[in-house]
Amino acid sequence: MSTDIERQWTSRIRHSVVDKLPPDKLLPDTQPAYVASWIYVFGVTTMAALGVIILTGIILALDGPQWWHSSTLGHFVNSMHLWSVEIFFFAMVVHLWGKFSMAAWRGGRSLTWVTGAVTFMASILAGFTGYVSQTNFDSQWIATQAKDGINSTGGGAFFNVLNLGQMLMLHIVLLPIAAVALTGIHVVMVRMKGVVPPFEDATTEVSA
Amino acid sequence: MTKKPFRPDVDAPVYKGPYVPYDIIKEGAIAVLVVFILTAALALVFSSPDEKAVTIKTWSNADAVDFAQTAGDELAGTSAVANYGAPYNNNGTSQHWGFLSPEKWIGVRIQINTTNDFVIDPLSAQPAQPALSAALSQWKSASSATQTAWDDAFNKAEPNLTYSNGKVNIPTKAAGPIPVLLNYETQMARSGALDQALVTQAGFYTTNFTKPLLFVSDGTYFAGLAEKQHLSGSQWGMMNETGQYPGQAWLWLYTFWYQIHPYSTSASADFLVWGTMMILTALMVLVPFIPGLRSIPRKIKIYRIIWREHYAAKL
Repeated sequence: MSTDIERQWTSRIRHSVVDKLPPDKLLPDTQPAYVASWIYVFGVTTMAALGVIILTGIILALDGPQWWHSSTLGHFVNSMHLWSVEIFFFAMVVHLWGKFSMAAWRGGRSLTWVTGAVTFMASILAGFTGYVSQTNFDSQWIATQAKDGINSTGGGAFFNVLNLGQMLMLHIVLLPIAAVALTGIHVVMVRMKGVVPPFEDATTEVSA
Repeated sequence: MTKKPFRPDVDAPVYKGPYVPYDIIKEGAIAVLVVFILTAALALVFSSPDEKAVTIKTWSNADAVDFAQTAGDELAGTSAVANYGAPYNNNGTSQHWGFLSPEKWIGVRIQINTTNDFVIDPLSAQPAQPALSAALSQWKSASSATQTAWDDAFNKAEPNLTYSNGKVNIPTKAAGPIPVLLNYETQMARSGALDQALVTQAGFYTTNFTKPLLFVSDGTYFAGLAEKQHLSGSQWGMMNETGQYPGQAWLWLYTFWYQIHPYSTSASADFLVWGTMMILTALMVLVPFIPGLRSIPRKIKIYRIIWREHYAAKL
């Protein structure tokens, strides 16, 4: 009976997940003493800003894409959306340079770096589609300028920055899902592998 | 068990030092609270820009001459959009680098015929008026050689085009029906009807503003407004936004290339900039796998500042 249970897909997946990411790694209560620099704050700041972006974005979405032009509350929420995006990118760029300076891909963490970098790219796309979905002069100008670059790659034939409907749907559905999913994968990888240790001067050997 | 030599830019040493208490949930909660308060404070103090969108109505009322000249260029097929090339039409030279020209390979997928889409079709949808109907009929029944002759006459007279007493004046008698068409087009634009006509060509419901945006971007009025708001290409363009706001500062490197040679003078500047950015992006994403590049952090030693307490404790 117990052998049958152990063979279940559910049991196997649970064992695999728990083996790779036990609760004390997912939600640790201690960390290595070398994690003692302000640079480490920028990763969690990026995630916190992403949370505020999503919260304010949901509020902006409730009454349609033009509500914020005619409502004082809407304009304030839009302002919070804008500034949380600015904080998000500032924190993310500092986080990226910090992790580069630490060569944070060492010790089997290459994919952690790759998912972080891809998240940065997806975030740029999410930010850009937001800028061209504002339904004001900025969105008009940015869209008409950006079209030339995208058209030159052939991508403009499929990613039409002058099509508000397409840009808005990408901005509020597909790209947020991508950004959140990639961030989730990135964070899980960080928790699985832990924070990269410092460089050591002495030559060290690792087991293969 | 086999042993491999330690590769300092690939492998990480096993940490055997002390651990310290760490409350990850508390850290996350404080971060959310601090960012929320900071965001609300920045929003209260600095707000956010919201310049009204330019409509064809506001444009044609603010600068009827620029509008009529642009509409004439759209009709004559001499505007920037009329000669853009892919993905809008086959009239332009595609951007390329050597034999690479994806714009050309993919071809026209968002068909724009400025003569018909921006002038003839909207005017044809207007309620019948004898002078307009006659001008449209004259245009549509003319041979392409005759239309070209009218276009040439218009192009010569265009710099001297004026607008007074609600009328577009084109100082030529050789432009066939073009003066009449442009007068009705300008009337239509100033009433706001052209804005609607350009977006409703695809039906009642629409969220696609490709045609009016392309039309507006062909005029000098729109670019002039952007210039005043420090938004033109030579002013680091699309990474900025109206007012004193940071804009998309993270696009600085993308915008930077447009400011320097050979990008700034190339007819294929957009393609070259995108190509450069794609290569740099690939390098960034793949840096853990690129020998030399992945050694930079170890050699520049910024990590010694980041982990200074760790190294100090080891002394």
